Order: sequence, then C-alpha cells, then structure tokens
Amino acid sequence: MIFDLIATSAKLLVFLGVFLGAITPLMVWVERRFSALIQDRPGPNRLGPLGLLQPVADVLKFMFKEDVTPTSADRFLYLLAPVLAVLPALTTFVFIPFGPTVEVAGRQVALVVSGADAGVLLLLAIASLGVYSLVLAGYASNNKYTLLGGIRASAQLISYELAMTLAVVAVLLPVGSFHLGDVVAYQQAHAWNVLLQPLGFFLFLIAMFAETNRLPFDLPEAESELVGGFHTEYSAMRFAAFFMSEYIAMTTLSALAATLYFGGWDLFGYTERIATALAGVVGAEWFWMGAVGMAVLTTKAMAFMLLFVWVRWTFPRFRYDQLMRLGWKVLLPLALANTVLVAILILSGVL
Amino acid sequence: MLETAVFVVFALLAVGSALVVVLHRNPVYSTMSLVVTLVAIAALFVMLGAPFIASLQVLIYTGAIVVLFLFVVMLLNIGREEASQRGLPQKVAAGLGSLALLGFLAAAYLRLYGGAAQAPLSEDFVSMRTLALELFTDYLLTFELVGLLLLVAVIAATVLAGKPKDPPEPDGKRPEEVA
Repeated sequence: MIFDLIATSAKLLVFLGVFLGAITPLMVWVERRFSALIQDRPGPNRLGPLGLLQPVADVLKFMFKEDVTPTSADRFLYLLAPVLAVLPALTTFVFIPFGPTVEVAGRQVALVVSGADAGVLLLLAIASLGVYSLVLAGYASNNKYTLLGGIRASAQLISYELAMTLAVVAVLLPVGSFHLGDVVAYQQAHAWNVLLQPLGFFLFLIAMFAETNRLPFDLPEAESELVGGFHTEYSAMRFAAFFMSEYIAMTTLSALAATLYFGGWDLFGYTERIATALAGVVGAEWFWMGAVGMAVLTTKAMAFMLLFVWVRWTFPRFRYDQLMRLGWKVLLPLALANTVLVAILILSGVL
Repeated sequence: MLETAVFVVFALLAVGSALVVVLHRNPVYSTMSLVVTLVAIAALFVMLGAPFIASLQVLIYTGAIVVLFLFVVMLLNIGREEASQRGLPQKVAAGLGSLALLGFLAAAYLRLYGGAAQAPLSEDFVSMRTLALELFTDYLLTFELVGLLLLVAVIAATVLAGKPKDPPEPDGKRPEEVA
C-alpha cells in the first residue's frame, strides 16, 4: 500500500518535473526563437546563453503584472475558467507510459502513473473537458470578441474531437486494449503504427492542431479578427494559466501521438538494451529503464512540438466555414472509412 | 466505510447540482451544473464496477453534448430568466408528476431487489468485453433499433437544415423568370 503510494507519487513527480519543469518552458523559448528564425530576425537572445532564460523573465512579468477583472464580468465564472484550463492539462499525461514494467525491490512496477482499465479513453474524456474553460472565459468576460471566441471554440473542439477519437479507435482495434502500454507492446511486436495506419496518423495529426487551438486552426483566438479571442480580457497569471495549459496540452498530445503511432518509449528494442548496459556501469536497472524510456518518449514528443511551431509560423489561418467543412465533410468520413478499413483488414487476417 | 463515504459525497453532489440545473436563473450556470451532475454520476458508475461506461459518460455527455447546450445558450444569448411566469397549477402538476415518477422507480427497484442483500460487485463488473458481448448478442435487436432511430434523426435534421427550394410563383414561373 505504502509502496504503491510512494511509487505512484514518484512517477507523478517525474512527469510533472519533465513536462512542466523542462519541456513547457523550453517550448516557449523554442517557439520564440524558431519563429524568429523563420522570419529572419534574431528573437530574444539577451537573457542567458542563446536567450534560454527568457521563459523565466516571461513568468516574472506575468507574476508582477496587474491582475484586472472587468467590472461587468461574471466574476465567479471568470475566475473559474483559468482553473478549468489547467486541470485537464495537468491530469491527462498520467495515462501515457514511459517505460516497461520493471522490478523495484522485488515488486513489479509499471512505468505509467495510472493503469486504469479505460486508459486512453479516460485520457480523451478528461481532455475533452478543456473546452469548458475556453467557452466560460468567452462568456464570463462579457465582451463580444471573447464571446465569439468562446462560441467558435465550442463548435471547433467538438468537431475535431470526433475525427481524433475515431483515429484512436482504429489504432486500438488491432491491439484489443485501451492500455497505452499494450499499444506500445503491439508496435514492438509488429511495426510502428505510422507505417500500418498512415491515414489514421494523418487524421490524428490534423485533429491535434485543431484540439490545441494552434494555427492554422486557432480560430478561438484569431488575433486579426477577435483582438485576443476568448482570453482578451485576461491578464497577468490568469492569462498565463491559459497560455501554459495550451503548451502543456501540446506536450501531452505530442506524447500521445508518439505513443500511438511512433512506438512510444520504445526504440526498436534498444531502450531496454541501453538501460541494461547503463545499469551494468552504475545504478539500478529500473532507474535506467525509466530514464531512457522517458528520454526516448520526450525526444519523439519534442519532434511533434517542433512541427507545431513550424506549422504555426508558415501556414495562414483557415476561415471558420472552411474549418467546419474540413472537419465534418472531409476528416470525419475519412476517419470512419479508416476505422472500417482497419476492421476489414483485421477480419481478413492482414493486421 | 470509505466506499459509503465516497458514495454519499458523489450522490449528494449529483443531486445538489441537479437541483441547481433546475433552479438557477442563469442558463449558463444551469448548464455548468449539469456538467457537475454528469461527472458525479460517472464517478458512481466507476463505483458500480463500470469504468468503461463512466468514461463514455464523460467523453460523450460532458465532453460533447453539454458543450453543444452551452453553444446554443451562448449563440442565442439567452439572458437571465426573469421572475417565473409559471402559474400555481403548473407547479402542482409538475410536483405530482415528479412524485409519481419517484414512486414508480422506487416500486420497480423494490420489486427487483427488495430486501435481499446484494453480493458486492467486482471491480469491473461491466467490463468492455461483457458489455460488447451482451450488446451484440442478447440486445442486438434493441441496439440496431437505436441505431436506426439515430439515423432517422440525422436524416430529419438534414432535411430541416437544408435550404428550402424557392417556391414557384402562382403562375408557375420561378422568381428569377418573373424578374
């Protein structure tokens, strides 16, 4: 009992440390430097080597800015919205495995925070609650631009959630389990899902951009039309809550994409071999399994994050009717066809 | 003991927030209370050994359907409901109707499980596997009928939402021909 508690807390701390402490600030820096690179300007390069300490300055600025609440805002919902943004962002990663089941002090420990039976389904369910923060922020601010942003967010996120969930269903069909650990094991035994289900991966990728409100689908924010979209009236740390949860959601979805389609923590079987070799030099095997698995997983996730940034600074924004048409008339039928195709392939014994 | 405490917390939460749904004058607050109700009921499903149904409940109802409620409320910009226009007879009828429903449900429950102590449920009493097997064997007809019903609803919505054709003018010419 106590051992389980300690193990779970330790795994939670590892994830929080890596995702919140390292990747999210790093991504803010990458976003700024990479956009500068694309636009042929230096970008923030004064604070620390290569401007690496810029995220620290950003956070300090957010903390010391005046926190304004509009007088006509619906105060309760206005204060609730940023909290609702952070909660799903901080819980969804518990279902993503970062290593195999290892033996610690004579006990089996799976290197995933939550081994819940419904696994990836719960992940999608909790992630789908994030839309309330955008909608409530838009409504509670009592401003026509934020309201438009909130309404857009509600319709957009539902539309793309369908395509995304169906793409995930197609991955789960041959695996026969909701555990992401089983998805990784399946890919170890066969091949990466990106090769087995290229169409499904493509649909998931597009839906991923829409679900995180990133360009070319950032209609709920759309600076050129809606000032700042749903978060126009937010300042200081409340704005930072939205900002941070967007980056954390990006990180989690990137890790999910890496797990579903690119083998997760596995590296063609080399993760275990490297861990065993390192354990031969110093330290315990379970420690190196977790460390190497986490390193592989975050490296794959970082590749997706770079793609997020790259796309953001090179693609123009969709128009809202185009966005809806793409979601309902292109992605959804393709996702359905993909699911049926995978089912047929399984029945005919190909997959 | 702990189980009872957790049950009481979520049951009270579900009932309390359901009351807010009905009683609150601001439709946005009502909709958000509905979210709390549904999540609390999902927690009760987990306690009943049905984690799969619980996650579907959150994924479909709170994650999609209630968001659409909120979408409609905000799009139509429904303000606070002013003082109730409902008369006393309607309130009495609603009260009697609710009591009748409660009595019916209680009678059905007592008839099925009355008195006898139930064996404790296993942790996944309704696992995905058993659920799927039952759906596609014992309840196949019901399942297909529900699917048909949904299809009819989709077709009806499409017909209603489709652009109406310009009605022909009384002399049989279309408007553009008249102009």
